[in-house]
Parts: sequence; structure tokens; C-alpha cells
Amino acid sequence: MSDAAPVRTPNLKARLPVAQRARQLKGFWSTNRWLILRRLSQAGVLALFLAGPLFGVWIVKGTLASSMTLNVLPLTDPFLLLQSLVARHWPEGLAIIGAAIVFAFYALVSGRAYCAWVCPINPVTDAAHWLHARLGLGKGWQPKPNTRYFVMGAVLAVSALTGTIAFELINPITAAYRAILFGGAWAFGLVAAVFLFDLFVSRRGWCSHLCPVGACYGLIGSKSLVRVVAPRREACDDCLDCYAVCPEPHVITPALRGAGKGVAPVILGRDCTACGRCIDVCSEDVFRFSHRFDKREERVAPSAEAIRLSAPQGEPDLRGTT
Amino acid sequence: MARTAGGIDPARRRFLESAARGVAGAAAAGSLLALQAREAQARLPEALRPPGALADERAFLSACVRCGLCVRDCPYKTLTLAALGDRKAAAGTPYFTARDIPCEMCEDIPCVKACPTGALEHSLVDINKAKMGVAVLVDTENCLNWLGLRCDVCYRVCPVIDKAITLEIERNERTGKHARFVPTVHADACTGCGKCEKSCVLPEAAIKVLPLHLARGASAEHYRKGWVEKEKNQGPVVPGVEGLPQRLPEAKP
Repeated sequence: MSDAAPVRTPNLKARLPVAQRARQLKGFWSTNRWLILRRLSQAGVLALFLAGPLFGVWIVKGTLASSMTLNVLPLTDPFLLLQSLVARHWPEGLAIIGAAIVFAFYALVSGRAYCAWVCPINPVTDAAHWLHARLGLGKGWQPKPNTRYFVMGAVLAVSALTGTIAFELINPITAAYRAILFGGAWAFGLVAAVFLFDLFVSRRGWCSHLCPVGACYGLIGSKSLVRVVAPRREACDDCLDCYAVCPEPHVITPALRGAGKGVAPVILGRDCTACGRCIDVCSEDVFRFSHRFDKREERVAPSAEAIRLSAPQGEPDLRGTT
Repeated sequence: MARTAGGIDPARRRFLESAARGVAGAAAAGSLLALQAREAQARLPEALRPPGALADERAFLSACVRCGLCVRDCPYKTLTLAALGDRKAAAGTPYFTARDIPCEMCEDIPCVKACPTGALEHSLVDINKAKMGVAVLVDTENCLNWLGLRCDVCYRVCPVIDKAITLEIERNERTGKHARFVPTVHADACTGCGKCEKSCVLPEAAIKVLPLHLARGASAEHYRKGWVEKEKNQGPVVPGVEGLPQRLPEAKP
């Protein structure tokens, strides 16, 4: 019985509610900072669009499909334009410029930051996930993370075959924005369907497995710069809180557990939404935002706190009982 | 050891299974979406597209990203963005209903300028060349002018007055001594703005703007109008034939 208790084992802390230790050690703000900033960003984008119809202050016109900011900055969703192209329509310059700007931004910054920081469906599926955890429901149908690319392919095929922008028939993202900005209650039925799907049919089903818009932004941001890094991965005490909150947990493993394999502590998976929730909930401050070339690693000893909590402390040791 | 079914490497088998599942699932979901896409190409005739809209509905739906920028830039709030479940037009696409708010035919056509994709063709710069539809006097039995009265409202409000709508004077056979001023639409000049339909004084408009394919027939390609050809030719098309032989009975020798 020494202080060299093996760290990478199921431990006491993993049985605490998610983020409870982080909240005790870091306080409320540091445990929720990126979540709060993200909600502010989502609400802020919507507010920019809403200022026009509500108060007559026209900052951004249009919807997330295509918009015009202050009469100078056109923005167009690249996946929409791609569907339009395969449906054999060559768009006007304005849409091409708008899509190029959006493409360049997400390709440089972070592809799926769109999902975490802009998309109005994200708070809906996050709420579904929260309730899912509260109710202790099972995972339900869990298709592979690459299913979204099959969906994306199917959408493009249908666009080409029918000669229409096919996904706009059911796209809950733009439907929600149109409903909020232009009216129409049925769209909220679509949003409710996504919520119920995520809650009862498939945990994290829509955003993390099926949505072709997210898939497209993921592809766009394959080589993007802003990344979550894990420079203090040695301090990880395997509480699994980051896995519990991450919408795409498969992206964490290589960076967090790759030390033995010589993998740099950078989350490079294109599915990472750059939501920063892992940074929030980690009581050992393993993660932070940086860039994809930041391969620095800190030498850290596990904190006394982590060791104390990792020790079996009279709890039955489940190791080796398989 | 992993079992090998049919001699296939288990890893390969798993890969094939998962690929088959993905493709089959995508095909099934895609078929449903394709059916929806086909159905969504239907549009009710009273839903008129903004000026410059690509005439073919399929072409329009391949171009319109449903952003609503045309709707925002319409100064008269003529345009509506079809809501999800709105049966008049595909969800998110712009349309207007002439009887509610007709198109005011702005000279600078802001809706076309706002369109980022060209679903509203930017080549339309003269609003008088717009073809949102064609007005048709559908109910000659209730039209006041057809009854012999002088309503004339549709004619008076027409922005292309005397070109798109004219009043053709005919004998009123009912009274035998009055004239009827028959509102007559000339499709080549009508933009389909819908002001006539909006202002028709009847509880249900006797003149309505219809989409081109409903409003118009088409002349066969090989038809030639003798009088037009004669005009073009500055004389008879076939020289030497001045008139047809007289075939009336009393003309027989």
C-alpha cells in the first residue's frame, strides 16, 4: 500500500456525478465557462438575425442558409450550395463568395465549431442528452460515427436525382431559423422530433451520428487550426468526466491516452466540435484550447487529491473480475 | 479464436457488414427523401413566384436556398416565405398571393438584387419584362364589364395600362344599343403583378393571375399566320395567287 496507486483504473471519482469534483476544486465559472460562452454565442447569432424583424435594426438579414450582414458581408452555407451544384444549378457570384467565406472561416478555425457555437439544434440535443442522463435511459440505437457520411452521400444523391436542394425539405437547422425569423409553427415539430429522437431512440443520435450538415462542416475543418489539446494528460485520473460530456467521445482517446503510442496530446479528430466542455469539467485541468501544432506536454505528478480519490478506500476493487 | 463464416476474414466480414448497413440505410432514407422532394415540386396556382424566378419549378428548387433575403428586401411585404407545412409552395421558398398583396413592380427590383443564388435571375433588369404569371379574365359571366357596365377597375390599376390590358369595344347584344368594354389581357405585355386581381371589385376576383403554364396555350411551331407572312413579305407569299376560287353556289356557271 503505497502512494503509487495505479491511476488508470475505475476509481471513486468516476462514481461521483459528472463535473462535481471540478466544481468543488475550480468553482462554478471555471467548470461552466465554455458552456456559457457557447450558449451566449448561439444566442448572440440568433439575436443578430432577430434584431431586424423584432426591432427594425437590420444587422443580419436572411437565415443560416444564406445571409447578408450590414449590406456588405454575404454568407452562404457551403453544404446547401453543394446540393444546389449537384442539382445542376450554377449560382450567382454572391452565393459563391458567401460560401467561400464560410468555407475559409471554418476550414481555418474549426469545422464543427459551427455545430457547437452557432447551430440552433445544439442546445436542443444538449437538452435531450441532459434529460437522457437524468432519466438514466439506455443508449438506444447507436450507429457508427461515420454514418453521417452515408447520410451526406444520400442527401447529395437525392439532390442530384430530383434536381432540388433535398435536405432543405427536412433540415431542422434552417427550418428552426426560418420559423423563428419568419414564422410557422410546424418547424418546431421537426425540432421536437429531433429532441425525442435523441432522448428515446438514440443517445446523441442526431448531431453526433446522422446530421449531414455537421458532417460537411467536419470535412471542411479536417485540417483546421483551433484544437483542444491535453498538455496535462499525465494528470488525468481517469474519472471519465470528459467522456461523459463529450458529444464525440471517440476523438478524446488518441490525445488523452496516446502517450504510450507516441501520439501528440492534440485532439485532431474532425468530429470534435470544439465545444470545450471537456476543458470545463476536468478537475485536473488536463485540457485547454490551443492550435493543432501545439504538441507541448507538461510533466505533472498526479495531485494528492487525485491519488486520494483514486485509491480503493474500502470500495470493492473490480479489477480482474471479468 | 474468431469464427470464420464462409471462409471470410472476420475483420473483412465486419467491414462489409457495416458498409452494407450504411449503404442500405442511406438508400432507404434517401428514397423517402426523394419522394418528399418530388412531392414538394408541386405548387398551388395562386402561389406566384417573385419577379425573375426561374420559370421551371424544378430549376427554381435547385437554385433557391430558402434564405428569405428576397422577402426581407420587398418594401411592400408582398413576398411570403412558405412555412413548413404551408401547402401553397415548397417550405422556405418565396411566393405571393395576388389577391392578398400584389407585386408593386419596383423599378429597381430589390428582391432580384437580394437573391444570392440566381433563383431570381439577375438578368431581369426591366420589371416590365417580368413574367410572374399572366392575368386571365376567368369569369366572363360575373365580370361587370362583360355584363355591360363600366367597372374598368382592372384596366385602370394595370401598371402596364393599354398594353397589358385593353378595353375592346363590342356591341352589347343584350340591349342591342349599347357597347360592352371588354377587358382584354395581352399576355406578351402582362407581368403577372396581380394588381388587377387584387382590385377586382367582386367578392371573388373575375380576373386572376395564373402561372404561365396554366394561363397560356401554345401555337404549334410550324403554324404560319397568312396575314403576318404577307406583311413580312410585302405581298402575297406565293406569287400569282391573289385569291381563292369563288365557291358559292350562285357563282356556279
